[in-house]
Amino acid sequence: MSRFSHDRRTALKLFGLTGAGALLATAGFPLMAGSVGPARVAIVGGGFGGATAARYLKRLAPELNVTLIEPLKRYYTCPFTNLYLGGLREFDSLGHGYDDLRRLGVNVVHARAESVDADNRSLKLDDGVDLKWDRLVLSPGIDIRWGALEGYDRAASELAPHAWQAGEQTHLLKRQLEAMNDGGTFILVAPDNPYRCPPGPYERVSMVAHYLSRHKPRSKVLLLDSKDAFSKQPLFLEGWRENYGEMVEWVGRSGDGRVVRVDAERREVETEFGEIHRADVLNVVPPQQAGAIAHQANVAGDSGWVPIEPHTFQSRKVPGIYVIGDATEAAPMPKSGFVANNQAKVTARAILADLAGLEPPDPRWTNTCYSVIAPEWGITVANVFEVHDGQLREVPGSGGISALGAPARIRRNEARFAESWYAGIALDTWGTRS
Amino acid sequence: MRRHFTAVVALAILVWPALAPAADEAGLLSQRAPALAESCAACHGPDGRAQAGIPPLAGNPEAVMRAQLLAFRNNEIPGATVMPRLARGFSEEELKELAAWFAGLDPEEESGSDSNGEQP
Repeated sequence: MSRFSHDRRTALKLFGLTGAGALLATAGFPLMAGSVGPARVAIVGGGFGGATAARYLKRLAPELNVTLIEPLKRYYTCPFTNLYLGGLREFDSLGHGYDDLRRLGVNVVHARAESVDADNRSLKLDDGVDLKWDRLVLSPGIDIRWGALEGYDRAASELAPHAWQAGEQTHLLKRQLEAMNDGGTFILVAPDNPYRCPPGPYERVSMVAHYLSRHKPRSKVLLLDSKDAFSKQPLFLEGWRENYGEMVEWVGRSGDGRVVRVDAERREVETEFGEIHRADVLNVVPPQQAGAIAHQANVAGDSGWVPIEPHTFQSRKVPGIYVIGDATEAAPMPKSGFVANNQAKVTARAILADLAGLEPPDPRWTNTCYSVIAPEWGITVANVFEVHDGQLREVPGSGGISALGAPARIRRNEARFAESWYAGIALDTWGTRS
Repeated sequence: MRRHFTAVVALAILVWPALAPAADEAGLLSQRAPALAESCAACHGPDGRAQAGIPPLAGNPEAVMRAQLLAFRNNEIPGATVMPRLARGFSEEELKELAAWFAGLDPEEESGSDSNGEQP
């Protein structure tokens, strides 16, 4: 039995429908574009959302014309960059290519999507190509809102990296950590909600503390937070205390943790009530918004994020455009790679149903966010989401975080499962093994 | 939308009888298990063929998986990590369908690729 046999079966059924649609269309029946030949789906962004959407669309409907637009030939994931900073992973192991998607028949184009023309259903690429589509999926991730935090612009990020998009910024932060003297102070500035990867800042300081405890044990880690509560908070506080003693200090908003100004040249930050903190390495996780193409395509709202129809993740503003991943306004779902991967699958089915003129299936999404506090110390938050009365919500009674005070065996298992999760989702998204 | 679907089915039967059973069984609408199963792949790998660490699902005996999923849902597995929290997001009926679905999949991996996405 071949890998995709059950999907082929599903696909044949679907194409039974689209085939019928083709006949009906010639009879003047007002059907969808997809019925007049293999429909064209263009996907912008080759991360967890976009690559998964391409894979599952093609698996479910091999005749579909699927084009994935991604500038990078090798995509590096933001998840697990913290483990690279901590010395637990090689950076190269976080890179994923697109040959397996090509093998499935996805047309992968390494270009940048510049503008969307929703009226003519076309997408202009920076190589001059005008790509026609019947359905468009945007999975553009985040952009930094430069200047939203006073003093933090693109130039400042060259001195005080955000490292919130994997790549050169990640390397810069790693080099700065390695160059820091023992006894120095690492400061991380954490933003208000919403932002990419809610537990990310806290895993970041955990992995920095792990590196420092081994190489520069007299150093200090200070987390200045715009919030008074954060994801998996009791588990992080417990894990820091157990693994790093007094090294990690977290200051919440009510303790004057909210940073209002950054001076990257001096590596100084000023808090709401005027306290100045000086860092040896300054890591600023700044305010964010949906990736640029979402704004250009007019699907983003005033919040900077994209409002979506909960059943399908079709844009609330522009029909025919579906938006998934970090760019969306999908609370209570977190902006995580796991959720983007899940949204992509639900949206792939919704698009196929739409092309076939059918109701979208009733969706369910899951999320599991692993955070690694130390090599043998992993913690999780898990959730299941559904649509109820037209709103996204957590399925009542489901979800939650790892038990507080759990035995070492559980923490070790969750750290190991984190590695297995990464292997599983990479295979499920890009078809890659690292 | 529903009327539209009915119209498609009715006309498909009239115009192209061979397609009628296909339209009737459209997996997208009637089959819940494969859609739900896709979310499991984010940890357990595509089609539940996990590589290492996290247990694979494809081809496991249905009765064993069903018992295990229901036990997760009822908090009866000591030392479990995320599964009880996830299993409580599904009804007992859905968990039974998932067990049957994964039991029916071939556990053998057809192909894979290295981190460049290339075949080994």
